[in-house]
Amino acid sequence: MAYSVLVAEDEPNIVLSLQFIMKKAGLNVRVAENGAQAVREIEIEKPDVVLLDIMLPKQDGFSVCETIKSNAEWADIKVIMLTAKSRDEDRQRAMDLGADDYITKPFSTRELVDRVLELVNEDRIADA
Amino acid sequence: MQGGLVVGVSFAYLGLLFAIAYYGERRAAQGRSLVNNPYIYTLSIAVYCTSWTFYGSVGRAAKTGLDFLPIYLGPTLVFVVWSFVLAKIIRICKIHRITSIADFISTRYGKNFALGSLVTIIAVIGTTPYISLQLKSIATSFNLIVGFKNTDFPTYGNPFGIDTTLVVAIALALFAILFGTRHIESSEHHEGLVAAIAFESLIKLFAFLAVGFFVTFSVFDGFGDLFYQAMAHGLTHLFVVNHDQGYGQWVTMTILSMAAILFLPRQFYITAVENRDEIQLRTAAWLFPLYLLVINIFVLPIAIGGKISFAGLASDADMFVLTVPLHFDQTQLALFAFIGGLSAATSMVIVASIALSTMVCNNLVMPLLLRWEWVNLTERGDLSALLLNIRRASILIILLLGYGYFRIASESYSLVTIGLVSFSAAAQFAPAIIGGIFWKGGSSRGALTGLSLGFLVWLYTLLLPSFAQSGWLPINFISDGLFGIYSLKPYALFGLEGFDSLSHSLFWSMLANIGGYVVVSLWGDLSPIDRIQGSLFVDVSEENLGQKDSQYWQGTATIGSMQELVGRFVGTERAEKGFQAFASDQNIVMNENDIADSKMLAHAESVLSGAIGSATARVIIGSMIKGENVSFNEVFQILDETTQVIEYSRMLEVKSTELEETSLKLQRANKRLKEFDSLKDDFLSTISHELRTPLTSIRAFSEILFDADGTTHEERQHFLGIITKESERLTRLIDQILDLAKMEAGRMNWTMSNVDPASTIKEALATMDGLIKERKIQLIVDLSDTIPEIRADRDQLAQVVINVVSNAIKFCKHPGGIIRVSARSHLNGLLVSISDNGSGVLPEHRDFIFEKFHQSRQGSNEMPVGTGLGLAICRQIITFFGGDIWADNGKEGGARITFNIPFSSA
Repeated sequence: MAYSVLVAEDEPNIVLSLQFIMKKAGLNVRVAENGAQAVREIEIEKPDVVLLDIMLPKQDGFSVCETIKSNAEWADIKVIMLTAKSRDEDRQRAMDLGADDYITKPFSTRELVDRVLELVNEDRIADA
Repeated sequence: MQGGLVVGVSFAYLGLLFAIAYYGERRAAQGRSLVNNPYIYTLSIAVYCTSWTFYGSVGRAAKTGLDFLPIYLGPTLVFVVWSFVLAKIIRICKIHRITSIADFISTRYGKNFALGSLVTIIAVIGTTPYISLQLKSIATSFNLIVGFKNTDFPTYGNPFGIDTTLVVAIALALFAILFGTRHIESSEHHEGLVAAIAFESLIKLFAFLAVGFFVTFSVFDGFGDLFYQAMAHGLTHLFVVNHDQGYGQWVTMTILSMAAILFLPRQFYITAVENRDEIQLRTAAWLFPLYLLVINIFVLPIAIGGKISFAGLASDADMFVLTVPLHFDQTQLALFAFIGGLSAATSMVIVASIALSTMVCNNLVMPLLLRWEWVNLTERGDLSALLLNIRRASILIILLLGYGYFRIASESYSLVTIGLVSFSAAAQFAPAIIGGIFWKGGSSRGALTGLSLGFLVWLYTLLLPSFAQSGWLPINFISDGLFGIYSLKPYALFGLEGFDSLSHSLFWSMLANIGGYVVVSLWGDLSPIDRIQGSLFVDVSEENLGQKDSQYWQGTATIGSMQELVGRFVGTERAEKGFQAFASDQNIVMNENDIADSKMLAHAESVLSGAIGSATARVIIGSMIKGENVSFNEVFQILDETTQVIEYSRMLEVKSTELEETSLKLQRANKRLKEFDSLKDDFLSTISHELRTPLTSIRAFSEILFDADGTTHEERQHFLGIITKESERLTRLIDQILDLAKMEAGRMNWTMSNVDPASTIKEALATMDGLIKERKIQLIVDLSDTIPEIRADRDQLAQVVINVVSNAIKFCKHPGGIIRVSARSHLNGLLVSISDNGSGVLPEHRDFIFEKFHQSRQGSNEMPVGTGLGLAICRQIITFFGGDIWADNGKEGGARITFNIPFSSA
C-alpha cells in the first residue's frame, strides 16, 4: 500500500512541483491550500506525512503542526516543515512543536524525497 | 570762713539743683520740654568741664603753661570736624534705644553679653580715678575754704575731724540716687537731670569767669598789665608751648581728649543717649567749642595771678581759683568759686554714676541674674524695684570705689594726671565703636579681643603704676619692671623709652587694641548676628529713624502675658501705658488673650531694652515666647540661603528631569532602534522569504526537468514556462526591492518635469492592453480633457498606474472583470481613481495594504503572484509628488485605489 502525503502549500507552482515529485516517488498526494484546509484533510483521512509550509493563510504551519502533534491519534503523522523561513528560531520553534524535520526552500527534490521515504520506512521498521 | 555757712550754701545749691531737676521733669510731663533746645543740650555737654577744668587747668597752666590746651583742642576738633561721627552714633542710639556705651558696643556686636560686661567693667574701673578726682577737689576745696587762714597759708587741715572726702562721696551718692533712679526706663530722657546739668554748666562758667575778671581787672590792671607783670616775674615760659616733652604729648593729649569727649561713659550718655534731636548737634558744633574757649580764657591769667600772689610760698596751684580770691579777702567771690567748683564736680559725678549704674545693672548684674537659674528672675513679681535698687547700690559702690582710689592713689597725683588716666581708659572704646560704625567686618570676638588687650595694657601701663607711685605696690615695679624684667617696665614696655607715660600707654594699648580687633575680626567668619548688626550700624541713615528695631520675633505669647512681663520690669502702670500707646499708634484694638504679633513683641522688647538694655531684653523676650527669634535680616538671609538652596535643588531637579527625559529618549530611541533592528530583521526575513519562493519553484522544476524521465512533452513545456515566469517574478522583485530601498533612503534619481497626466495614464494602460484583453476584462477609462500639468516623474507616474491596475486585474471578478480608471481635476490637483469589481478591501486592511510585503491571498491562483511591494512603491512615489494615496471600496463593492497629485502651477 502506498504511503500518503499531504502537501499544505499556497504557492501554486510549488504545489505543482511537489505533486509531481511525490507521485513519481510512488506516494499518494493530497493538497491543502491553507492551514485550516490541511486540518480538515487530515480529519478526512490521516496521511503518513505532511509537507507543511509555515506562511499559510487562515491557519499558519506552526499552528497546524501543534494541532497534529498534540492530538494523540495524529501524533504518529510525520510532519516535515517545508518553508522559506530560514531563521534558527523558526526551526527551533517547529522542532519544539514536535515537527519531525525542517527543510528550507529552495529544497533539493532528491533530498526531500529521500527524507520522506526515510521517515515512513522508519515508521515501518518500528511497526515491524 | 564758717564751715556751717559753706555747708549750708552747698546744700542750698544742691537743693536748687534738685528744684530745677524737679521743675524740668514736671515740664517734661506736661509736654513742654525745658531742655529740648540746642542751647540746653550744648550746656549739658559741658559736663565735660569738671573740677579738673575748674581747678586743674589752672594748676597745669601754672606749671607748664599752655599744656592744658590739648584737653580742649580734642573736643573742639570732634565737634567741628567730626560731628558726623557724633551724628551717626546719636542716630544709632535712637534707633536701637541704646542706654549706654556698654549697650552700644554690645548691641553692635550681636547683643553680646560678654562684651557689654567687659565694657562696663572697663568703664567702671576707668571712671573711678576720675570720680576720685572730683571727690578730691570737693574735699580739698571745702577744707581750704573753711580752713583758710591768710596768715599761715597753705596749711589746711580737717576742720571737723572727719573724713570730708568720704562724706562728700556719700552725699553725692545720695544726690545721684535721688536724681537718677526715680524712674526705671533709662532710655526715657532724664529731662530734670539734663536741666540741672545745664544749669551747673552755667554756674561753673560764671564762677570761673568771675574769678578771671577779678584777677585780670582787679588784681591786675587788665591783660596788658597782667602780661607785663608775668614778664617781670619771669613767667613768660607759660605763654609758649612747652617743648620739654616735645609735641608728642600734645598729640597724645589731643587724641585722648577726642576719645574722651566721644567715649567717656558720661559724655556718651549726655551727648548721645540724652540727645533729643540730631539737629541740635549743629548748634553744639559751634557753641560747645565756644564754651570751651570762654572757660579757658582766664586760665592763664588766674595761674599767673596765683603765681605772683603766692610767689615764694609753697602753694597748691590746683586751688588758685579759690585761694587767689581768698588771698585778696574776697570771701563772697571765693564762695562763688567754691560753688562753681562744686557744680563742676557734682555734674560729673552725678552723670557718670548714673550712666555707670545703668551699665552695671543692665550689662552686668541683670544678665548674670538671668543666667543664674536659682534666682528665678523671670518668675518674680514686680522687678522694677529690684532694678532700681541694683542701680542705687551701683551708684553707691561706684562712689565708694572713687573714694577708695582717692585714698590709695590720688594724693600723689595732680588732678590733670588722674583725669588723663581715665581718658586713656575711655580711648579703649574707640576701635570697637569707630570700627563698629564704619566697618561691617568688625566681629564680636574681635571687639572682645581688642578691648581686653587694650584694657590690660592700660591697666599695666597706667593704673598699676599709679598704685605703685602711691606706695601701694612696690615702687621697683616701675623702675625695674614686673619680676625685675626690664622689658616689662610699665613706663617703658618692651624697651620703648623716651615717651611720656601717657603717650607710651596710648601707643601700646592702641596697638594691642586695634591690632586685636582687626586681626581677630578678619580671622574667621562673621556670625550672622554680627553681620546683621554690623550692617545696621554702618548703613544707618536718616531714613532708618522711623524704624525702631529690626528684631523679628515670632512666638505664641499673649499680649496680656507680654504686658505683664514688661510690667514686672518697668512697673505695671508704665507697661500698660506703653502698650496702650502702641496700640493706638498702630490703630489696633488690644485683647489680652490675643497672641502678640511680631510688632507687638518688638515693641515689648524695645520698652524692655530701655529699662534693662538690649542684650538682656533679648534674652528675656526670647525666654518668654520660647519661639524662634530671628531678625528681619536674619530672615532675609535665611530666605536668601533658602532661595539659593531651592534654586540649586530646582536646578538639580531640572537636571534630573532632563536626565530622566534623556534617559527616556534614549530608551525610546533604543526601543526604536530595536524595532528598526527587528523591522530590518523582519524585512530581510520577508525579502528572503519572497526571494526563496520563486527560487523554490525554479529549482524544483529545474531538477524535475533534469531527471526528465517520466515527463511528457507538454509537461516539460509547462514546467519551462513556470521557470521563466518565476524568473521574471524574481527579477521584478529584485528591481522593486532596490527601487523601494532607494526611495526610502532618498537616493532615488527622479526625473521631474511638467507632466500631462492624461497622456501618461493612457500610455501606462496601453502597456497592459494585452493582458487585459487576454483576461477579457472590461476597461472603462474616463479621462477629463482639461487636466492641467503636474510636476512629476513621468515614468514613475506610469509605474503607479501599472501597479494599481495590475492589482485590479488580479483581484477583479473572473470572468466578467470590470476595471474603471478615471482622472479629473479636483481642488487644484489631479485626482485619479482605479477600481475593480472584485471582493473589495476589508476596512481594517485599507492602510495596511500600502505596507511592504502585504500580500492579499485572495487573488486568483492563476495569476502571476505579486511581489507585495507594488502598492508600497506607489505610496512612495505619490508622496514624493506631494500627493496622497488611499484605498476604499467603489460603488460596485470592489477595491478602489485613489491618489491625488497637486498641479504644478498650484
